[in-house]
Amino acid sequence: MNDPRAKRLLKAWETPKGWRYWSAVNNSEVGLWYTLTAFAFFLFGGVLALIMRVQLALPDNHWLTPDQYNQIFTMHGSVMMFLFAVPILEAISIMLLPEMLGSRDLPFPRLSAYGYWCFLIGGVFVCASLFFGVGPRGGWFMYPPMTTEYQEGIGPDIWLLGLSFIEIASIAAAVELIVGVLKCRPPGMRLNLIPLYAWYILVVAVMILFAFPPLIAGDLLMELERAMDWPFFDVERGGDPMLWQHLFWIFGHPEVYIVFLPSIALVAMIIPTFARTPMAGYGWIVLAAVGTGFLSFGLWVHHMFTTGLPGISIGIFSAASQAVAIPTGVQIFCFIATLLVGRVQRKVCLKFVLAGLATFIIGGLTGVMVAIAPFDYQAHDTYFIVGHLHYVLIGGTIFPIVAGFYYYYPFVTGKRLSERLGNIAFWLMLIGFNVAFFPMHLAGLTGMPRRVHTFPGGMGFELPNLISSIGAFGLGAGFVVLLWDVFRPKGNHPYVPRNVWNAGTLEWSGQVPDHPWGIRSIPIIETRYPLWEQENLMAEIDAGQFYLADAEEGRRETLVTSAVDAELIQCLRVPGPSFLPFWAAVFTGGVFIFSTYHWWMLAGCCSVLSFATIVTWMWTGTAEIPEKETKPVGLGQSLPLYVSGPAAVGWWAMFITMLGDMTAFISLVFGYFFYWTVHEDFPPAHWNGEPVVGAGSLWPLVSVGLGAVAWFAVVMARRWNHNDFILGFYASSSLAVAAALASGVALVWGPYSNGMDPTVHVYSSTTGVLVLWSFVHLILGATMLLYCMARRLFGKMDAEHDADIVNVTLAWHFLLLTVAITGSVLALFPWVA
Amino acid sequence: MSERVNRQAVPLHEHERLRPMRMRLWWIAISPTVWAIHFLASYITAAIWCEKMMAGNLRPLQFSVAIYTAIALPAIGWVGWASYRNFRRGDPPVPYDFDDPTDRTHFLGFTAFLLSVLSVVATLFTALVFVLIGSCD
Ligand SMILES: [Cu+2]
Repeated sequence: MNDPRAKRLLKAWETPKGWRYWSAVNNSEVGLWYTLTAFAFFLFGGVLALIMRVQLALPDNHWLTPDQYNQIFTMHGSVMMFLFAVPILEAISIMLLPEMLGSRDLPFPRLSAYGYWCFLIGGVFVCASLFFGVGPRGGWFMYPPMTTEYQEGIGPDIWLLGLSFIEIASIAAAVELIVGVLKCRPPGMRLNLIPLYAWYILVVAVMILFAFPPLIAGDLLMELERAMDWPFFDVERGGDPMLWQHLFWIFGHPEVYIVFLPSIALVAMIIPTFARTPMAGYGWIVLAAVGTGFLSFGLWVHHMFTTGLPGISIGIFSAASQAVAIPTGVQIFCFIATLLVGRVQRKVCLKFVLAGLATFIIGGLTGVMVAIAPFDYQAHDTYFIVGHLHYVLIGGTIFPIVAGFYYYYPFVTGKRLSERLGNIAFWLMLIGFNVAFFPMHLAGLTGMPRRVHTFPGGMGFELPNLISSIGAFGLGAGFVVLLWDVFRPKGNHPYVPRNVWNAGTLEWSGQVPDHPWGIRSIPIIETRYPLWEQENLMAEIDAGQFYLADAEEGRRETLVTSAVDAELIQCLRVPGPSFLPFWAAVFTGGVFIFSTYHWWMLAGCCSVLSFATIVTWMWTGTAEIPEKETKPVGLGQSLPLYVSGPAAVGWWAMFITMLGDMTAFISLVFGYFFYWTVHEDFPPAHWNGEPVVGAGSLWPLVSVGLGAVAWFAVVMARRWNHNDFILGFYASSSLAVAAALASGVALVWGPYSNGMDPTVHVYSSTTGVLVLWSFVHLILGATMLLYCMARRLFGKMDAEHDADIVNVTLAWHFLLLTVAITGSVLALFPWVA
Repeated sequence: MSERVNRQAVPLHEHERLRPMRMRLWWIAISPTVWAIHFLASYITAAIWCEKMMAGNLRPLQFSVAIYTAIALPAIGWVGWASYRNFRRGDPPVPYDFDDPTDRTHFLGFTAFLLSVLSVVATLFTALVFVLIGSCD
């Protein structure tokens, strides 16, 4: 620590003190808050589960009212899925990934912080509804028409808006993690060398990007129905509740793998360490991760086998559900093979891994059973399914996460968890779990339905339910032991030695206690297990012999490398502590929360404030023009400080965000065509005696034309900016703004001039939602251009430093596609049909 | 330190010359994407056919899925074969499991090959449904 370079580096990465601590944006702080918050929600969901088990312990029990029970089981499912399973894996990844990749931080630290605050605010809001007796009651899948017609109160709105808000935070984290894995690896860490964890996270983040937007689209449709009476799911006006089921399960099945794969990723880190040997079959595991990621999107209808779909559709999805067992099996064989060749150390951590795998295999087998449609007809909506899904989720997700707690606890705190308490917790959880959930299969096969607040005696349900309830408390007791061990004060415990498990991956290179700089210097990586296979690596890292050992300008910096070969590209300056993400999240939260109560004035104020905060954040924190073009980063290398285009992290973030945005849009278009397939004649001329009108043909096509003009002007603005033809840049940008706004107006003018009433028939309301979506996007596109013009005006963008306009152009490619699809579908499809 | 960088650079150069094609990350996604398109096309065709045509006659539906399959399988097969050739260059032993830094084309080729095999199986699964199930109900 006498090295002046190290002192400067430490100063740059110092964690803020006092109340300013909460302005931290570094991955280690945000990741830790995120993990603890998600864990707190897990405990909340667990308590809800115990309350349900108390209620179901005895027949004809009236301790809870049906209404209370409905709120509790809905919240249990929603909390576990949306507030625990997905967030904790993002949390752990935010905390660990940069350390595994020898990176100082993720590329967009403030985005992580924003995501965290959104998650906290949204989660507390959704959970709190339970204490006021207004919680959602429709199950974690919120099927309409129950949630649109048969339930009073704001419960469904809380669910829809509160969780959409959190889903947006999840997508933000996904963007961060994809760019992190692809662009922030240490030099030399080619694609075949990255830690398996990073492969899994890459796959999962991409899955989030394609799975969450359909649900957000569904949320939008349902909220429009609830708030404005647009009849998307109302059969009497041509709607169809099945569309919700499709959108929900296009999200819902991949979701299972979204929570399962990152847990398996933890397993893939733990097994080699305790087997003392590299993972067998690296390529096979990558195959399994990527293959599962793809195939899991072809399974959604297996949740809808009993909805009366054509037998042939059921067959297709049944086949895909069997196919996904192949990659899943492959990775489990790789794990078993590694354990067999290695010299296994019996630690609590590994016991949880093994228990997880065994439990998951059982759950997987019952899964293959229910993937066979005739069996599913019998088991559907019974406790057999409850048993199956808990074997999958607790075996596949929770046991590995507990293993991860044992494994990474020393990494976070420098202390270790007790093996003795760990063994107690392990046996309590394992036995409690099986006692709780195995009898559910039997209760289900006997015929006990799910989601009932009580059951009559004398039908053979008493015994399995009583046993389940006893087991549930055993499982709960196991978690109490774990909780005690995690949080009991360990002030007098000694620090663990460095790299306590003698692991091979880079996250264990940190000193104990660790410094906030992530890593002393960013090494060159040549192997999959650098700490095992690269001699003297730790000493050389410590001595600052590699890259970025110094922070001469006192700035936070990390390396950006190429996606496949990890060749050096840029020295990226990442932003430091700030309260902006916090306020941005508070105001965005306000928009969603006030909308729930239809307090439109307050919601409007919040959206203005959140917009202002986000623009301030972008203006001050992104695409900053550096004081010099390049800087030496060590080992005789010099790297640029500013990069634009496909080499830059910002470009990737924009590209990925727009992919997610497109997915949501395509889901809405899917809805349009879905209604076409279910109706004899679509669009109908009359409905209930009233004429049904849409957007007509002229104005949508005019809108496409104007959109194309705007797009072309944007492309020219980028070129002229690059050629330093300033007048051309401003003229072209202004033209683009005008054309974008005109395109939006034309799009709205079509249905408006036709006198379209979106509440008459679903044809009008789907037209309405496509128009609304494109209109908002055009406004957004215009705003982005105004932002670029202001950047240029204030000297924050010039011919060389053009990342802003390059990224906005990229977004405009997608905008043009959105407008073109909207306009041509609205204008032309009624003719075709 | 700089010596280490050089050690790594030289064999890499040799290897680059051996490559028949530029291997990129998206290469491994092609085969599963073909599966996904085949899957969606089959599903959508079946859904529309069963909703709109109402006919007991499934021959045209089976015929279209046969065409989709006849396009998809050779496409996946070609990717798999090209990946396999790429991977076998320099004859690495099977099952391949090395972490040589110069080996990333082998790795990408190998993974793309495995994913192609998986995609062929999954595509056949989909196609078989249309052979085995002869009605919409
Ligand atoms: Cu599923």
